Parts: sequence; C-alpha cells; structure tokens
Amino acid sequence: RDFNERCAQCSEVNWGLTDGGRFYCRSCHNVTERTREVVNTDFITNSRVQTISKGLKKQEKTDGGCEWYICEGFQLVLKKQVEALEALGVCPQMKDEILCNFWRCYLQKSKQAYCKRPAGETVKALSVCESSTDVDSDPERPSLLHLLSFSESEGDLQTDCSFVSSLSKVSESTSVYSGSVDGSLYLMKDQKEKLRMTMPMTLSFCYMALLWVREPITLSELLRFVVEGHIPYLNVFQHFPEKMKLCGLDLKIFCVESWPVYEEVFNKMHELAAFLDLPRFPDITESCFLHPDMLCMKYLMEANLPDELHNWTCRVVKKIGIGEVDFLTLMPGNKSTRKVKYDVLAAAVIVVVLKLLFLLDDHYEWLLSEFAEERNKNNTEGGPYFEFKKWYEVVKHSLDVEQKKLDEERAKYLWRCEKPLFYSVKNKSKVLKRRQMVVNLQNQFGKLSGSVQRAEKPNPSSFQLRWSEENTDGSCFHGHSLKGILQEKCGLLTAMNPDYWLCTVKLCNEKLCGHLAHYREVEFPQSYHFVLRLFSFILRIQPSYIHDEVCMIEHKLFNKKLCKKLKYNTVLRK
Amino acid sequence: SSNEHKLNFKKSKEACLSYIQDALLQKQWKRAAEFLTCYVESLEKDYSREHIGPSEMIWRIGTEILWHHSQSSMKEFNCFMEQMKTLGVKRYLKVCLEHVFHLLCNGQIDEAYQNLSLAESWRFGEQTAIQDKEMKLIQAYRGLLDYCSWSKQKNILLEHGEDGFADLAVEQEMHGFFRKAAVNLKEIIKIPGVWDVFVKCYVDLLEFYGDHNEACQVLNEYAYNSKFPANPNAHVYLYQFLKRQGESKKSLISALKILHDIVPSHELMIDFNTMLQKSKKRKKRRLGLEVIFAALDYAGWKENAKAWSCLARQVKQIVISEKHLDWIKQEWNSRKDWWPAFHFSRYLAKRNWQENKSLSYEKGLVAGILLGKDCKYFKYVSHQGCKAQLKRFRMLKKFVTRHNSAYLKISG
Repeated sequence: RDFNERCAQCSEVNWGLTDGGRFYCRSCHNVTERTREVVNTDFITNSRVQTISKGLKKQEKTDGGCEWYICEGFQLVLKKQVEALEALGVCPQMKDEILCNFWRCYLQKSKQAYCKRPAGETVKALSVCESSTDVDSDPERPSLLHLLSFSESEGDLQTDCSFVSSLSKVSESTSVYSGSVDGSLYLMKDQKEKLRMTMPMTLSFCYMALLWVREPITLSELLRFVVEGHIPYLNVFQHFPEKMKLCGLDLKIFCVESWPVYEEVFNKMHELAAFLDLPRFPDITESCFLHPDMLCMKYLMEANLPDELHNWTCRVVKKIGIGEVDFLTLMPGNKSTRKVKYDVLAAAVIVVVLKLLFLLDDHYEWLLSEFAEERNKNNTEGGPYFEFKKWYEVVKHSLDVEQKKLDEERAKYLWRCEKPLFYSVKNKSKVLKRRQMVVNLQNQFGKLSGSVQRAEKPNPSSFQLRWSEENTDGSCFHGHSLKGILQEKCGLLTAMNPDYWLCTVKLCNEKLCGHLAHYREVEFPQSYHFVLRLFSFILRIQPSYIHDEVCMIEHKLFNKKLCKKLKYNTVLRK
Repeated sequence: SSNEHKLNFKKSKEACLSYIQDALLQKQWKRAAEFLTCYVESLEKDYSREHIGPSEMIWRIGTEILWHHSQSSMKEFNCFMEQMKTLGVKRYLKVCLEHVFHLLCNGQIDEAYQNLSLAESWRFGEQTAIQDKEMKLIQAYRGLLDYCSWSKQKNILLEHGEDGFADLAVEQEMHGFFRKAAVNLKEIIKIPGVWDVFVKCYVDLLEFYGDHNEACQVLNEYAYNSKFPANPNAHVYLYQFLKRQGESKKSLISALKILHDIVPSHELMIDFNTMLQKSKKRKKRRLGLEVIFAALDYAGWKENAKAWSCLARQVKQIVISEKHLDWIKQEWNSRKDWWPAFHFSRYLAKRNWQENKSLSYEKGLVAGILLGKDCKYFKYVSHQGCKAQLKRFRMLKKFVTRHNSAYLKISG
C-alpha cells in the first residue's frame, strides 16, 4: 500500500495485492515479485488488508459498513492501548518500534497476514449484519451451540438467550452472524497451535513490550491502570471506526465482561514470547526499576514501613540470588527457569523480612512492640523507634478505609457503554429500547442519589497509599529506626527474634496443581494474614499468590536446613 | 481455580445488589438509589436462568426507594411504574396490582380505580390465560372499590333521611355499584384463599339487601370448606353474623368450637365460656372449663380480670355443688407445675393487689381452690383485703377456708 515505486510497465503508482500477497499494478495489471512482507513498514496506521478474491462481497455495504478482519480489530485495540501508555509517559519507541514489530511477528507466525494464505483456509465469507447477502453453502456449517460454548473459557459473555433460541430455530441454510469477515472462523480455529488472539492477550502484548523496554510499570500496575480506565480495555470497540460494524460473534471476541487476571495475562505473555521465538530480553540489572531492590524500596514506602528495612531486603535478595541478572531476565522458551513475577517477588521479600524480624506469630511481634515502646521512652536522640503496634493500627485503619472504597467501586462498575451491541439485526430494536430504558432509569435514580457525584477518574498514580513525613500525627513510619527491635552482637545489629516458622515444609509441584502452596487464612497467624492482605491490596492480587512466592523464597533461604531435616527423616525411616 | 475471584459482570452486580439490600434495610434511600443506578444496566443482559431476573429486582427495589425517598414524588412514582409495566409482560398484571395498592395507600382512589379498569381490559395472547389469578384479583379489587362507592352512596342516603326526590338518583347509583361489586366479589371468594376483606364486604352487601341465606352460605363455605386455608377470622365472621341474626345458642356455640381449636387465646373465648357455662348439657359445661383454662395459658390474658372472673365463677360453682371436682383435677394436672410461678407468685400477688383489686380477688379465689389456703398468692391477697376491710375479701377467705377439702381432693 505504501509501496511507492512506479510500475515498471506503466509508471503509475496504483498498487493492489493479489491473493498470493504480491503487488500488482491496477492500471496495467502487471504483477510484481514484491510481496507485502518486505514493503509494508508502516502498518500501524490502520492499514487494511486489501485483497482481491473471487466471490467476496462488495466493499461498501448499503449500511455504510465495510469488510474487516478480526486481526484488524485487535490491531486497533493495541493501537489505542499503546497510545494510552504513551500518555502515561512511556517512551514513544514502544509504539513505533517494539509493539508494532511484536504484532507483525505475531501476525506472521499465526499466518494471519504477511504470508501466503495456506491452502484450504479460504475465508468463509459468512453473512454479515444484513440478511440479504448471498451465502456460501457450506456443508460444514458449524452448529451454533457448539460455537457458543466453544469460547466459554474466553470472556464471560453470557449468551443472549433470545439469540440462542431464535437461532436454534435457524435452518441449515442461514448463516452465522458476524460483522467481521472471519468472526466465526476465528472462533472455530484450533487455537492451541496458533495462539489465537483474545482481549486479555492484548495486555500480554503490552506487558511484553513494557518488559522489553524495561519501563517502570509492573504488571500489577498495568492491570490496575486498566481497571481504573487509563488504558482502554473494556468497551474499547467503541473506538472502532463507524464503518467497522460489530455484531454477532464479534461480540464474543471483543466484548469482555470480566477484568483480566494477573496469572492469565502473565502466563499468556510467556507463551507469546516463546511463540514469537523472541531472543533473550534486555537485561534486568540492579539499576533497573524491576529489580527486587528497587521494587522493595517502592513497596516499603507504600506500606509505610521504615526505610531501614531496605537493608534487610537487599540482604535477603543477595543471599538467595534473586537479584542476579540471569535469574531476572526473561529467556523465552526456556522451561527450566522459573518465570519471575517482579512485583509479587518484591512484596514477598518484604513479607519474609518482616517474618525474620517480627516472627508474626500473633505473640512475639506484640511483645517486641511493647519492648520497643519502653525503649522509646528513653529514646531522646534521633528518630523514634519503630513500634509494630502503632504501625499496625495506622496502616490497618487506612487499609480498611481504602479496601472499603475499592469494594464499593467494584460494586458500582458500569460495564456497558453508549455504543449498543446486537447479535443480529433482529434484536437491534429490542436492544435499543432496553438501552433507552436503562438510560432513563439511570437518570431517574441518579437524581435521587443525593449529592453524591460520580467521582472523576482519578489521575493515574503509582502509589495508592500515601504517607507524608510532614504529618505531625506520627502516622508516617518511613524515618523510624529499627534499633528498638535489634540488638548488638559482636558489633553487628541483629534481630532479637531468634525464631522463624516456615509457611510450608514441603512445596507443591507447580506443574501438577499450578501452585507452590495452598493458602488458607485460618491456618496462619492473623498478623501474617494482615501483611498479605496489605500487599494483596497494593498489587490487586489474591493473597495466595504472594504466599506462594513467600514459600519459594523461604525454601531458597533455608535450603540447607531443610535438606538436613529431610536427610534426618530418611535416616530415621531406615 | 484461579478464576474464582475473577471480577466479572455477574459478580460485580451481585455485590451491587448486596449493597442495595444493606442500604434498604437501613433505610438509606439515597445510598440505595446510588447503587441501583449502577445496577440497572443488568437489564441489558440475559438472566433467564436465574430465579429472579434483574427486571423484577429493579421493579421491587425501585418501588421501595421511590415510595420512601423524601425527594420522590407521586408523579415520579407513577412514571416509574408505567415503565415497569412495559418491562415484563409476564408480570404485567402483578405490577398493575401493586401499583394500585400504592395508589390506594396514598389515598388516590380514583386513579386506583382507573388503573384497575385499564388492567382489566388487558389482553395479551396466551398470557391472559396464564395470568388468570392476577386478573381475578384485579377484578376483586375493583369490586372492592365499587363496594366503597356503594357504601358512600348508602351513607348519603341514610343521612338525607326522608328527602325524597334527590334520593332516587343516589339510590340508583347505589344499586349500580352493588351489582358491579357483588359480581366480582362473589367470583373471588369462590377460589380457595384468604379473602377476609372481600368476604366481609360481600356479606355486608347481602345483609343489606336481605339475602341472608346467601350470606350464611358464603360464610359457612368460607369457614368450613377444607380447601380453604384455616382462617380463624372466618369463624369469627360466621359467629358475628349468626349473632346478628339472633340464632340459637347451639349454633353460636358450634360456630366458636373450631375457633377454640385453632386459636385458644382468642378474645371470643370469654363469650364462648360464658355460653358454655350456662348450658344444661354436662359436656358443654365441661368444655367451657377447658376453654377458659386454655385461654389463661397465654401471657396476654394474665391480667384480664374478666377471664379470671369466668374461671372463678365456674370453679366456685363446681366446688359448691361438690360435683365434678375431677374436672378441675384433670385441667389442673397439666398445669400444676407451671401455673403457680406463672400466675400465682408472691410478686404477682403484690402487683395485682396494687394495680387491680378485682383481678386479685378473682385470682385469689382460683388460687385458694387450686393451691389451698396456705398458698402465697391467696395468703397475701386475702390478708391485704381483710386489712383493707373489704367485705368481699373477708367472704373469700371464709369460702376458701371452708372448702379447703376441695383443694385436698384436687391436689391429692
């Protein structure tokens, strides 16, 4: 398309593409040997895959729609997302160089573009929103119920019952609705081999690009920005151009009704990196934001913990080797290395440090706190000693308030948008009527909500909990000293706490059950649960994920002791 | 699985609903409205597998909020109800009916009547047959409103007395309302159910126009047809009707018999016992004793002097006649373990004496017979009464002392 050479025969610049992906001159029908793959570099600007095939519908429909393919839709989504990231301050190279190349590579590998169409995979041009189009009679027409249940694992879009019931009466001769050309085909494809694109996967793409560029945005932050609306995800199809009509099965693909889950996006990202045969990612070094030392600092601040704890986190990181470049840097396709969740890892390190210093068995930390309080009374020089009890009270209060706000926000999410969605022309009027009623009711009850204004979208920020040292009420603990709970031994400050309890003696087999451990709140001390809850809120993930990482770290840390113990046990048995 | 906590549309709306529920329970109408605003988009999703769908939820919740919210007007309320009517054809008549109830509560009788008439004329294919029950209710309520109009006209007539001319028009109207009301009321009470209001009104109409047979039949059906749910009021209505008609004691007694069985603590038990006590038949007198004892088992009767006087009278009569002491013994058997603490404690003796001398007198007599002259209650009350030089208490003391043997027979 942007092939700007003059035609060899007629010197015109008027190119089109053949089925085989070759350029041909529209004026004189001279076919060149150049394929799209080589020439088209600037595809991000919504290039449409233009082909000439026999039997395709006319370009412009009477309803102003046009033909479009699913991957074009996703391309638009990615474009919007990366633009939003740019607005958040991410470097511009991410859009033009990184993400676009990843995407192009993906299209190639999955044979959706930039390659010869494999034989036998002709696009089944199924009917679109209009009912009056000629239909290919295809003996393999998929049963609708099969299609609808097929994507149960994708999005949670509940099927419109009227849709199912009306279409179940459909005879063999009518067809599956979708606004896109290949909507139904897309859903039918065997996705295991080709890694079919989904909405959550767009975030995997974003994360992958962010990681490549080593931007200071963790996956948990990215997902939080998505939920807060700073990155388009829900209802992003609103931004599709008018001509791209969405209906029928397209909705199953583009309309999500659930927020993406960390694990899902994370795992998909790694699958994608392997699928694209990417090389080793750029190194994550000590000066990198994603390095545990850096992230620990951030999370310590956010958790309102003393800065002095950072020394301890660095020591733990060093001791178990999780600060090494080779450990942290992603090697796609390497199944032996454990995939690193940078944010969860850092949080888990802090939890381990807290356990080391305070034990967190619902007894010792309080005793220690009283002890520190006593010492504080005589403490005249320097800053106050850190008291666990005070910290707990302050942070718990804030956490409860914020958690309550978050829970209410979650209950108040509005999932629908102005752009109406219909499965077919038949229920268009019904959908519009419903939408109108919803809007009426929202107005009516909105007025009765009193002075409560719907909060403006908060500005995106890295921190959810903020503590200021300027507050004179002593609610900020960053500058507090750990001396109150440390003792001098041989000239070194060590923890007064001599004990440690392991979260689990034996790690589970991750490959079998997906987790290293299975966290149940009732089985653990409340202080431990509180700390998990705190980081669970900050990272917006389940406490059990952090618990898993804690188990992993502990096993690395106490490796020798555990081995000894196991050996001892085996000896006993003999 | 890791998907359990996934926040999706369904979970988000479930959470929203629980916030609404909390707000409603705490009468925080603004907050409920706030969350309902977020909930309404559920209408755009399909919930046909759920037991209660969003449209029904929104109808019920919205009604509550609009009814109670300080800034909501009747106009808004009506507008909302009209919208709800269009939401679900399967619920159309139900929504109409509830709307009518609200209008009636608000005193808008005419609007209610209009709505009922409108609903009556609704037809919608097979739905009309399916919603037959609701239709009958709608017709019944219209009949009820017709009855109200009839009643109004009747009162006008009675007020005017013997005016003559002007009455004719009023009378005609009145008869017209009667006809309309009677037709619908008659229909609904055929169906097994609890129709107290309808029955009362219908019987009132029938009595006015002198059709006592029909009225009697209706009431009998209502009370005795086993298809109808057990309803104490049915028996009460029948009893009251028979009393009005001056029926024999025998039929009055038989009307109250089942009421005693279902609701032994009913206030009519006093009338019942009074009739039974006076009966010549031994069985009836025996039943009377049973009835009054049963009534006094209930806390609500503890301080009812009339009830105690019934019991006292009967007990006294039995003791004097020296016949049928075993009746008292039988009744007392199941009560002797707990009545003393329940009715005859020292504390109650003091309180009864302070608050109601007649009550303490009647109870004192019963206590004296059932528990003997040395029981706490009797001793205290008779002592106080004699101290206060009240004649009847002196008589009481004499009587109980004289008949102490009766106590011995009862307790032994």
